[in-house]
Amino acid sequence: MTGLGGLIVRDVQLAFRQGGAAFLAVMFFLLTVTLFPLGVGPELTILARISTGVLFVAALFASMLSLDRLFQADYEDGSLELLVLSPLPLPLVVLAKCTAHWLSTGVPLIIAAPVLALLMNMDEPGYPVLMLSMLLATPCLSLIGAIGAGLTVGIRRGGVLLPLLVLPLFIPVLIFAVGAVEAAINGLGPRPHLLVLAALLMGALALCPVASAAALRLAME
Amino acid sequence: MTGMHRFANPTRFLRIANAVLPWFAGLTVICFVAGLYLGLITAPPDYQQGETVRIMFVHVPAAWMALFVYSVMALASAVGFIWKHPLNDLVAKTSAPIGAAFTFLALVTGALWGQPMWGTWWVWDARLTSVLVLFFLYLGYMALWQAYDNPVKAAKPAAILALVGFVNVPIIKFSVDWWNTLHQPASVVTMEGPKMGNEFLIPLLVMAAAFKFYYLTVLIYRLRTEISARKIRALTLAQVEG
Repeated sequence: MTGLGGLIVRDVQLAFRQGGAAFLAVMFFLLTVTLFPLGVGPELTILARISTGVLFVAALFASMLSLDRLFQADYEDGSLELLVLSPLPLPLVVLAKCTAHWLSTGVPLIIAAPVLALLMNMDEPGYPVLMLSMLLATPCLSLIGAIGAGLTVGIRRGGVLLPLLVLPLFIPVLIFAVGAVEAAINGLGPRPHLLVLAALLMGALALCPVASAAALRLAME
Repeated sequence: MTGMHRFANPTRFLRIANAVLPWFAGLTVICFVAGLYLGLITAPPDYQQGETVRIMFVHVPAAWMALFVYSVMALASAVGFIWKHPLNDLVAKTSAPIGAAFTFLALVTGALWGQPMWGTWWVWDARLTSVLVLFFLYLGYMALWQAYDNPVKAAKPAAILALVGFVNVPIIKFSVDWWNTLHQPASVVTMEGPKMGNEFLIPLLVMAAAFKFYYLTVLIYRLRTEISARKIRALTLAQVEG
């Protein structure tokens, strides 16, 4: 267990120090959301109507942006080989890498989300549910993304291929995350959406590390 | 010559495939001729949809095949991944473009039917959206095969992707259904065809059979090409290694 903890700490430290990957993801999130009022016009009712969708799509892209570095950097400097050879079970190693990715990308996005929701004039009842569904959705994105990152790790220009592989798989997460916030804004209960989102997270937690680890083993052959 | 050993089994497969290929090709032609005759000439125009109902005879079998081929692909991927059976990898690989073509056909004929019937080429209806996502899954799978220089190395990552996609197809379908029923009136979905009489059902089933035989015929053709390409590759490599 200490090995896995060490791995998480190492990856988070790298993300915050080396070129500030975490900072870049939040900046990307902020800039993408800022482009929408400039694109569709500053009318507050329209912005309020599209705010939830814009926030989640932008968060999805921001989290995907750093996915191709999830295993690539370790692959290039050879430490991925050591991780595969280490006595730690590879799915758990993948889970640790996903946790680090979520801590360095997902958590900053969750913190930035309400501020951006304010800029998008989101209706007030949406805020707590926005935080909650972000909390459930962002780990899903890291986990599902790990499959794509594992499959593209040995490929030249894998970063271009990655969105094509993982974006269709992100659709259910997007639908239920947005659905929860919309339900809360419209005065309906967000509970069913949040429960499904939690179920998706549990499923992803169980299956994604295994699939991603299988892909990594192939890349190491 | 270890590379050639792996194709001992495909050689046996080729013998059988070559024997059944003319039959499949013949059945494809017969079913298409019969199905198109029944669908375009015998079947009466629908009282509600008029002549546009005939699009259904291409659209519905194509949509069925889109799902069927993806299932074949996932099954072949699983067998290829677990038992390391190279022929199954090839079945999965060669099925993907055919399945993508069926999916594309279903989307295009759906749009052609939607324009006169719904008054629009495209609606974000649950069924349309999930077929569109299926099309993207096919494209991603094909792109992953393309990304590798060595086709033997691409087989397993592609199999993982096909299986992940297969697990996800029901989830995507379910989530899109949920999304649609929240945001769209259900009237669009109920317009999907009146109760079907035999004069429509029989041509539809004949066309479905035609599509299935077409798939098998093209699959065998493509498999033959793929096996030959692999053999040429193995021979060239053996020659270079001297």
